[in-house]
Formats: sequence, structure tokens, C-alpha cells
Amino acid sequence: MSTSGNVVAMKKVVQQLRFEANIDRVKVSQAAAELQQFCIQNALQDPLLTGVSSSTNPFRTQKLCSFV
Amino acid sequence: MCDQTFVAITFGPCDSCSQNKPLMNIYLQNEPVNYCSLCVELMACQGLAKGETVSTLRAESENLKAKLEEERAKLHDVELHQVAEKVETLGQFVIKTRRTLKGHGNKVLCMDWCRDKRRMVSSSQVIMRSAAVCVLQEHAVTMPCTWVMACAYAPSGCVIACGGLDNKCSVYPLSLDKNENLAAKKKSVAMHTNYLSACSFTNSDMQLLTSSGDGTCALWDVESGQLLQSFHGHSADVLSLDLAPSETGNTFVSGGCDKKANVWDMRSGQNIQSFETHESDINSCRLYDLRADREVAIYSKESIIFGASSVDFSLSGRLLFAGYNDYNINVWDVLKGTRVAILFGHENRVSTVRVSPDGTAFCSGSWDNTLDFNPV
Repeated sequence: MSTSGNVVAMKKVVQQLRFEANIDRVKVSQAAAELQQFCIQNALQDPLLTGVSSSTNPFRTQKLCSFV
Repeated sequence: MCDQTFVAITFGPCDSCSQNKPLMNIYLQNEPVNYCSLCVELMACQGLAKGETVSTLRAESENLKAKLEEERAKLHDVELHQVAEKVETLGQFVIKTRRTLKGHGNKVLCMDWCRDKRRMVSSSQVIMRSAAVCVLQEHAVTMPCTWVMACAYAPSGCVIACGGLDNKCSVYPLSLDKNENLAAKKKSVAMHTNYLSACSFTNSDMQLLTSSGDGTCALWDVESGQLLQSFHGHSADVLSLDLAPSETGNTFVSGGCDKKANVWDMRSGQNIQSFETHESDINSCRLYDLRADREVAIYSKESIIFGASSVDFSLSGRLLFAGYNDYNINVWDVLKGTRVAILFGHENRVSTVRVSPDGTAFCSGSWDNTLDFNPV
């Protein structure tokens, strides 16, 4: 039983590798360019990157804390 | 070696041999079938082509692995930081205020933000729901097990899920009534055969994704507690998971002690891609691009000799926050590969780092029993 178990396990590994070997891939240069573009395009919407003014900062120190 | 067998949920006559045995619920050509484990093995063996043995399969697997390496290497024409050379360097990273949330009597193991961007849930031996705005602890629920390693807020903000050494993931509906005993309304959803390491709701309150020390991930229906899909492929404990950000996304990634990060299709259970680190180097954070199917950046420094336990990106993906076992948080410029800031403040390992849903703050939990809340 253990031999057939090994074969079954190996068969699964081979099938998985076949699947992975056949996926479409792009060059790193293209992928990197797209990553960079995404970061730059969204940079203005990233508060941790650009900071927010006091008036729009939701976590500015409040004078009054209401107990819910 | 961990226990990776299916959870046997039914016992009865096998569809193939008609004997009464524990049954495995499998799908043959999309039809659900109940076979006993012996018949599953026999059926799998019949699928072998003539002449296939362990050694021929092993040889083929080595060939395929080499081919995979070759294909990936062909595309490695440049490094990410080289492409990013022309990008403006980031200014100094400033965190103006920091508030410490005390209240956990034990190591903080996990935290999650609510989609309302103001509330958080954190866990140690106790689940705490806090409001980040006034640093107010709203609810505390004591769990029966010692380490609550995973907690998550549902998209509606009305429910939280958590679990740990109890091998389960339970769901608690939240209420505005502070006097209500939340523990009484607990509902067990997920059952694993080892500890629960991470959990996350999918796009709705109805489905819960879990990962476990038993080496598997699983997708559950919250209402019925039914297992919708299980994900097998890791050869050791799975420690964390994260869903793809898109609304229509159907994939998630899981990371395990087998040094692999696997990308899964949630509907089919298929392991789509797998990334492995070859070196035993755990002191670095690595960026893998899914379309290039390879590692594209490494974030490390010789001076960093402790591993990172938790990472999260800022909204634009330009900053990577990583919490380390040397009690610090390092902030990395994702594109350039350089460190932008070191944040001190914890007195023990940082166990979890999460950026808020609107990107205006990040929160870190630590084994020093506190959460540090850092708004912009």
C-alpha cells in the first residue's frame, strides 16, 4: 500500500509541476514597469506616503472624546 | 510531518466497493462522489500510464522543476530597483503621533481593521475590540483556549471571527450593548486538525477562509459551517494567508513553514502558482511578481538579524511595513528596495502589522501586550 501511496503522491507532484510549467509569464522588465506605474499613479491617494492636512486627518487629536 | 488527511465527515457505503467505511468526498468530472480511501488509491493507480513507476515519475518531476527554473530565469532581464532608478526618492517618513492601546494581559498575536476604518479587533488570550479614534476599548471577550492566533473583522463590521489552539475558527456577532455577553453567542464555523493560524472573511460575511497548522487552508460557509473548498499542497504548517484585493478576485495566497508561498484559486482549490525561497534566509522580506512568476525584490540589510513576522503594504503599494522579532518595524521603499524608516516603540517581538483600510494609519501588535496605533 505504501508503494502505491508513493506513486499517487508523485503523480500529483508531476501533475502540479506540469500545470505550473505551462502558465503564461511576462518579463521582469515589463512586470516591474507596471508595478512602478501602479505605485506612482496611486501615490497621491496614499496618506502614509503623502501625508494629510490636519483638517482631513480623521485621527487628529480631538478635544472632546465621547463615550459610546 | 503534519497530518494532511481530509477531514472524514461521512461514514457509509462506498460508491465503488459498497463496503461501509469512512468516505472521502471527492469530485469526478465535477460530480460529487463518495469513495473510501482504498478505492481512491486504486482509482488513482489506474490512471497511471503504462510503465510509470516512482522512479520515472521522480525523474519527470526533476525535469519539470529544472524546466520551471529555466523558464523563470529567461524572463529575468532586469531587477526591479534598476527599473525604479528614475523614480523620485521618498522624503523622510514621519509619524506624528502614536497611541498605545494597553489592555491585553498577554502577548498580542493578531489584529484586524474594520472596514469603517476606525475600529480594530485584536487577540491574545482575549479578543478586544477597540476604537482607534478615542483609544477606547469597547468589548473584551475571553476565549477558552490559551493562544488566539487569528482574528478578523467581517466586511459588515457586525461580526468578528477568531481562533487558535482550539483548532477552530468561531464567529461572534457584535452588538452595541456593552453589557451583552458576547461569548454566549459564539458559533463554531471552521474545524481543523491542528491550530488555526490565520482567518479572513472573503468579500462577504458569509464565507470565511482559514489556514491551519495541519498544512491546509479551507473555505467555509459561515451560516452552515460547511466546508466549501479545501486547499492541499503545503507540506508543513500554513502560517498566514491573504486574499487578492480585487472585488471580483478569486485567488488568495498562503505562506507556510515549508518555505513556500502558494497562490490558490478559491473556486477550484487548484494551486495556481508556488514560490519557494531556496536559502534558509528568513531575515529578509521578498517581493514576488505573479505575472513574471518570480521574485523581483529582496528587502534586507546585514544589520537585520531577526526575522519578520508580519508585513503589510501602504495603499499605493510603495511602502512595505514589516514587523520584526527584534522589536522594530522597518518601512521599506518597495520599488527601490531601500529602507525608509525604522520605528521603535515596542518592548518585545512585533507580531502583527496592519495598515488601515483607507491608508491613514497603521497598527502594530506586539508580545509586549500592547498595540501601537500610528496615524499619519
